[in-house]
Amino acid sequence: MKRLPLLLLSGLAVAAMAACGGKTPETTPAPAGINADSAAEADRMRADSIARAEREAREREEAERERQRRIADSLAALGKSTEAVRTLLATMVHFDYDKAIIRGGDAAVLDQKVAILQANAALRIRISGHCDERGSDEYNLALGNRRATAAKQYLVSHGIDASRIETVSYGEERPIAQGHDEESWAQNRRDEFEILAGGDNLKQP
Amino acid sequence: MRRLLLGLVVLSFGPTVRPSDAQDTSAIDRGVRIGIIYRPGVRPGMVVLPIHAPALDSVRAILSRDLDYSDRFELITLPGGDSIRVTAAAPGPRPPAAGGAGRGTGGAGAAAASTLNYPLYQALGADFAVAVTPAPGDTTIVTVHDVAAGGVRREVRARLPALKDPGFRLVVHQLADRVLEAALGVGGTAATRVLFVMEGKVYTIDQDGADQQLVSSSDHQAMSPAWARDGRRFSYMEFWQGHGRLFIQEVGSGKRAPVATTGQALDFTPAFSPDGKTLAFSRATEEGTDLYTVNFKEGCCLQRLTVGRFYDNLSPTYSPDGLRIAFVSTRAGLPQIYVMAADGTDQQLFAPFDYGATGSSNAPEWSPDGQTVAFHRDVGGTLQVFVLDVRTRAVRQLTSVGRNEDPTWAPDSRHMAFVSDRSGYRQLWIIDVETGRIRPLLQKSGARLPAWSPRLPETASSTP
Repeated sequence: MKRLPLLLLSGLAVAAMAACGGKTPETTPAPAGINADSAAEADRMRADSIARAEREAREREEAERERQRRIADSLAALGKSTEAVRTLLATMVHFDYDKAIIRGGDAAVLDQKVAILQANAALRIRISGHCDERGSDEYNLALGNRRATAAKQYLVSHGIDASRIETVSYGEERPIAQGHDEESWAQNRRDEFEILAGGDNLKQP
Repeated sequence: MRRLLLGLVVLSFGPTVRPSDAQDTSAIDRGVRIGIIYRPGVRPGMVVLPIHAPALDSVRAILSRDLDYSDRFELITLPGGDSIRVTAAAPGPRPPAAGGAGRGTGGAGAAAASTLNYPLYQALGADFAVAVTPAPGDTTIVTVHDVAAGGVRREVRARLPALKDPGFRLVVHQLADRVLEAALGVGGTAATRVLFVMEGKVYTIDQDGADQQLVSSSDHQAMSPAWARDGRRFSYMEFWQGHGRLFIQEVGSGKRAPVATTGQALDFTPAFSPDGKTLAFSRATEEGTDLYTVNFKEGCCLQRLTVGRFYDNLSPTYSPDGLRIAFVSTRAGLPQIYVMAADGTDQQLFAPFDYGATGSSNAPEWSPDGQTVAFHRDVGGTLQVFVLDVRTRAVRQLTSVGRNEDPTWAPDSRHMAFVSDRSGYRQLWIIDVETGRIRPLLQKSGARLPAWSPRLPETASSTP
C-alpha cells in the first residue's frame, strides 16, 4: 500500500469526493514544513476511509431497495395467487333437473377444490345447494340440501376433514339467472362455494 | 212445481247454465250481473236488500260479496237496481234494542223487523232475503228472511266497530258467516284470512281479497306459513345464515318467538297439531331431510319421526283428529304422498301412483273435514292440483289450465286457494271444488305458498 504512487492515491481521493456528489469532506491542509510523506499518508488514509464509508452506504441503500422490491414482488405474487385460488374455489358445479349427482365433468372442478383445501389447512368453506324454479318450492329445499351434501361427500371422500365444510340449501329462493328457460334453469341448478375462514393468504396447491 | 213456475217467470232474463262439475275448464263470469240469474235446482236464491242508511253501505257490500263467494247461493240483483226497495210496508218505529251489545238470535226480535212482500221475492227467485238495519247505539241488526216460509229465520245483532277500525271487516265477515249458518246450517269461510309469501316476506289478506298486510317484519327471507287451528297464531320459517329457523307469531299482538330446538339446521314446513301443542316440521341435514316434532309451548321433547338417510321426508300435514300425518317422501325415487301415524309408525303410501309414469307429487294439505288431501303433481312438466279421497284413496285432478300448485283448504273443505300462472304470471286464486267456480284472490305477481286460516275467533284482531 505504501508503495502506491501518491498521484494515484490522491486521484482516488478526488474520485471519491466527486462520487460523493460535491459533499466536501472536512480536510485540513497539511501544514507546511512537515514531512511531505507523512502528510500524504494521512491524506491517503482519510480518503480511503471516506471511500469505504461511501461504498458501504451505497451498498446498504442498494440492499434496502432490493429488499423492498422483493417484498413488493412477493406480495403481488401472493395476492395474485390468493385471487387465482379464490376463483378456482368459487367455481360452481351444476346438476341435472331434479338430480343431486355430481356430473363427470364436475369431478375435475371438485378435485381442484380438494387440492386447494389440502394446501391451505386453515381454510373452511360453506357449500350452498340451489335449484331451478320448476320443482315444488318446499321440495327444492330438500333437493338443494342433497346437492350441497353431494359435493361435500365428494370432498370428504378425497381426504378433506368433514368439519371444514358446512352445507346449506336455498332451494329455488336465490336464482342467479332470472329467465324462465332451460338456459337459466341450468345455471340455477348449482352448488356455490364460499369461504368461511382462513381465506386471507391462499397458497397455490 | 214452484221451481218450474219461477223458471218461467225469469225466462226472459236469460238464464245461464253453468257446468257444475269441479273442473276449472273456464274462467267464471265475475262481471256485472244484469237481471235475474236463476238456475233451477242448483242453488237457493239470495237477495241482500238495499239499505237506506249510507253508513251501512259498506256492510251490505262486504256481506253481499261474502255470500256470493260462499258459492252456495244465487245472488239476485233486484230489477231496477238498488233504487227500489220492494217492501210491503215501510219499516215501522223500532223499540230500542235490548242490551245493544253482543248478538241475539231467534224469533223474539222478528216482529221488530220489517215484513217483506214474500210472494214477490219468491217470484223473483229468492229463497232468502237479508236485511241490514241500524239500531240505536252502534248495533246493527241483520235479519235473515226465509222467503219460502214467509217469515224471519233469524235475527243477528252485532256491534260494529268504526269503518276505519282494523276489526271492522272481520266483524262484517262474521255476520256473513252467521247469515250462511242461519240460512243453510253450514259454516262459512267469510271470516278467514290467507297467509302467503311474496318477495321473501309473509303477508295476510282477507279471503275476499281486501286488506293485505305485511306480517313478517324481519329482513330474513321467509317461507312456508302455516296456521294453528285456533286461528290465534301461525308459524313460518326464515333463513338465518343458511339455517332455517321456525317462528310462531300471535295474530293479535304480532309478537313472535323462535321455536326452541330449531335454527341449528335447515328447519322448514312447520305444521301445527290440531290440539295446538305440537309443531311438526322438516329438518334438512347432511343425512337428508326428515320429519320431527317439537312441543313448542314447553320448548322441549324434540322427536324424530322418520329416518330417511338415502331419501327425503318432508312437508307434514296433520289429519284433523291429530292421529295421522300425511307427508312427502322420495323413498320410491320421485317425491310422492305418504301417510303415517302421528308418532311416526305405520308409514305407507297414501296417494297411489304409477311407478315410472306419474310425476312428482308434493305440498299435501289435509282438508279440515278430514275426507281429502290436496296436493300438486307434475303432469307433463307442469304442476296441477289433485285431491286424494282419504277413504277410497282415489285421486282426482282438479286443475288443467296453466301451472297450478300449493293448494290450501278453506275451513269449509270446499274452497281452496292455490298458486296459478293461468293469467300469465303466478298469483293466488280460489276455486270452489264443488262448482269449479274460480276467482283471483290477489292479482299480484310472485305471491305463493298460501295458507288458508281456520274461522277466525272474534278476538283475533285484538290482543288476546
